[in-house]
Amino acid sequence: MSAPEKGRRRSAAGSPGFLRRSQPRHGEKVIKVLLVAASLVSVATTIGIVIALIPPSMEFFRHVSFGEFISGTEWSPLFKPPHFGVLPLVGGTLMVTLIALLVAVPLGLGAAVYLSEYADPRLRSVFKPVLEVLAGIPTVVYGFFALKAITPLLKDIWPAGDGPQVFNALAAGFVMGVMIIPTIASLAEDSMSAVPHGLRDGAYALGSSRMQVSTRVVFPAALSGIVAAIVLGISRAVGETMIVAIAAGGRPNLSFNPLEGMQTMTAFIAAAGIGDLPTGSIGYQTIFAVGALLFVMTLVMNLLSIRLVRKYREVYE
Amino acid sequence: MTSPSDAPGGTKTPQVAFRDARTLADPVFEVGGLSVFYGDHEAVRDVNMTIGRQQITAMIGPSGCGKSTVIRCFNRMNDLIPTARVAGKISYHDEDLYGREVDPIEVRRRIGMVFQKPNPFPKSIYDNIAYGPRVSGFKGNLDDLVEETLTHAALWDEVKDKLKTSALSLSGGQQQRLCIARTIAVEPEVILMDEPCSALDPIATAKIEDLMERLSREFTIIVVTHNMQQAARVSHRTAFFTADVDDKGERHGRLVEYDETIRIFEHPADQRTEDYISGRFG
Amino acid sequence: MTSDVIPRAPAAGAPETRRLKGRGTPLRERFFHLSLLASLAVGVIFLVALLAYVVVEGWPRLDSRIWSNFPDIINPANAGAQSAIMGTIWIIGFTALYCLPTGILTAIYLEEYADPLRWYNRAIEINIQNLAAVPSIVYGILGLGIISRGLGFGQTVMTAALTLSLLVLPIVIISSREAIRAVPRSIRDASLALGATQWQTVRRQVLPAAVPGMATGAILALSRAIGEAAPLLLLGGLTFITFNPTGAQSAFTVLPIQIFNWISQSRAEFTALASAAIVVLLVILLAMNSLAIWLRNRYARRW
Repeated sequence: MSAPEKGRRRSAAGSPGFLRRSQPRHGEKVIKVLLVAASLVSVATTIGIVIALIPPSMEFFRHVSFGEFISGTEWSPLFKPPHFGVLPLVGGTLMVTLIALLVAVPLGLGAAVYLSEYADPRLRSVFKPVLEVLAGIPTVVYGFFALKAITPLLKDIWPAGDGPQVFNALAAGFVMGVMIIPTIASLAEDSMSAVPHGLRDGAYALGSSRMQVSTRVVFPAALSGIVAAIVLGISRAVGETMIVAIAAGGRPNLSFNPLEGMQTMTAFIAAAGIGDLPTGSIGYQTIFAVGALLFVMTLVMNLLSIRLVRKYREVYE
Repeated sequence: MTSPSDAPGGTKTPQVAFRDARTLADPVFEVGGLSVFYGDHEAVRDVNMTIGRQQITAMIGPSGCGKSTVIRCFNRMNDLIPTARVAGKISYHDEDLYGREVDPIEVRRRIGMVFQKPNPFPKSIYDNIAYGPRVSGFKGNLDDLVEETLTHAALWDEVKDKLKTSALSLSGGQQQRLCIARTIAVEPEVILMDEPCSALDPIATAKIEDLMERLSREFTIIVVTHNMQQAARVSHRTAFFTADVDDKGERHGRLVEYDETIRIFEHPADQRTEDYISGRFG
Repeated sequence: MTSDVIPRAPAAGAPETRRLKGRGTPLRERFFHLSLLASLAVGVIFLVALLAYVVVEGWPRLDSRIWSNFPDIINPANAGAQSAIMGTIWIIGFTALYCLPTGILTAIYLEEYADPLRWYNRAIEINIQNLAAVPSIVYGILGLGIISRGLGFGQTVMTAALTLSLLVLPIVIISSREAIRAVPRSIRDASLALGATQWQTVRRQVLPAAVPGMATGAILALSRAIGEAAPLLLLGGLTFITFNPTGAQSAFTVLPIQIFNWISQSRAEFTALASAAIVVLLVILLAMNSLAIWLRNRYARRW
């Protein structure tokens, strides 16, 4: 067989500039521009959110002092005379979030430890899809279940007094907690799985039990990821809308009684948004003022969570 | 260390007489003061060597000595590592490989590469061979080219009945020979091989070595290997690299000795080479 | 370990075997194990109860009226969700059209082109991670303030689809990046070493290998969009609509919002109707999820 002739499609080696581009590749440049443009959409989204929030919020604070907004205890923007104290909405949000965390943190972390340290592959293949399905159920369905099933159930089993009202923070918070379990479980499990096996083997070799390895070796080593999971869970609870709009009620109520109905920031935004308020009205502006507060609160938590996740990735990967 | 002018007299190896024709008087690469950095770390320091046409040049040395780093400079694969930076000069037929106008794609079409682990594309055998010609705009008859290439790589008889089956169904040795065939389908002048046999058994290794021997009549081959016997068996010239450890504990690869293979193995000039060859170190 | 520790040789014979015999799993260990299992059990029980509840509640209304009739406030027996189902289909179609190409191109940029050491590429990355966790109602505010009123798209299918695209874009990007990252480095090296350009490498080697993973992510992202109600509440989704959308400029409602609407009605018939619509919604989502899981397993990594 004869050797194929060398370089039949290109200029001879040694001729001046033979290593230069033989044909222009404009396509490559066009593609790159397209890719960068697509990446800028997500940047534009953030800018769009900020632009959407700031001007109407500024307009709002021309009518209402920031001090009144942030420390007022009465929220009735559409009544006469209107009151613009956001504390009842913040209080409602915190109450529901707290209940959700009381459910989601122990259960989510328990699930994560089980999946990461105890479950054999067969059990994992049962439980993982259950968590994925839980994460995939629309929140409007959770809200429906809280209102129509959990609240009546609580009323039935309540030992003393009247029990929860028709709309209440307890049922909404409990159901929201279950909704957040997959978020916390999967992020926490990720960080536990990232703990090097050498650490576990070392502890087992010293005669530790599985519980000791889980709680004294893996858990502390994965701590920053676990905290990140919890912070992300809080962020999701604070930002969740449909469950509270359906099951926690639409009345701003600064109260520490979880059996009462109370409106959260998100539920207020939804309720006001449904009304199709005219642009420029003070009612319309409240949507953006409360939205800005919500955005800032979740932004701080998200950035904290992202930082913590990076930290454990840097250590172990 | 020898300079290029020492080479023409390489007549001490009668069993491989054809080597005589190939001398360093016809250089493909001239490397001058080459250093490679990963971030701030200088992985390889001040390498100088000349690589001759249609020879097999082996690079040997202990792990971490920078030989793989150096071979990846010859076709600018190091460009793909964001932190990597190359200083010094590599000339390819008197053209600076790292010159401003130089297009790495054009470089890689002339200087092919075979990797440590066989890495066929998850496609058919046929498509693996046809890939290089296709991406460089080949207009001729692909069927002929595939047959010609596979025959050239001594693989045709083994695969001619299953050209359309997945390349991943081949054995490891066959996969690696397919990767070599895939490389020559682009008709490069140089083939770089980065430890091509380290994942293979001795029989598959022998087949690859045979193939290298045959291909060296048309191609210039540079091979990095862990296996000293392999370097001794197949190569015409050998470069021995080692790593210096500085006071901060960082390793810096450097070229210790570069000469005809027979001299490196029988009369090394440097004590470190001798120690490595005789197994006292590394 | 220090060398001056002298290993204590266990005495030969019986005492040694006795020492290796376990005292049985301590109570504490068992309790811990059980409580971990219980945390997962809560999720399982909750899921089963929820599914059972909606099926039982919705059963009397689970017939063809759901998809062949339009909403009816006066007579719940006649009411159906056809306009909502059609609205969901229209909006998800447009959402896929907007968010999938954008998301996949962004993923390609970040994985294959972007220099991760540059500050702006890191900023893009952190920005996407944050956007993935921004509350959906905030996207509603973006849709309301910018897309609907600012750009004048109004309360239309178009506005809803654009808003939902931005909402699920981070999910598409993150899952596509994972799929691209799963393609081994060696495949790229092989292609580039043969003289392929970067785009040829991406187009002919990386993308084909990453398609199953990207498809899985895309399906999950779209199922998130199908179930989303909060942002659409701000975009006119709750309007009483008894006609199917005819294009991007139509007014709309979607299944989750129709469900929300029926939940808000006090009459018991509407609760059954809401349950029946929830069953329809969950069946759609379950089908999509199964498809995603099937894809993931069918095309599990070949290397």
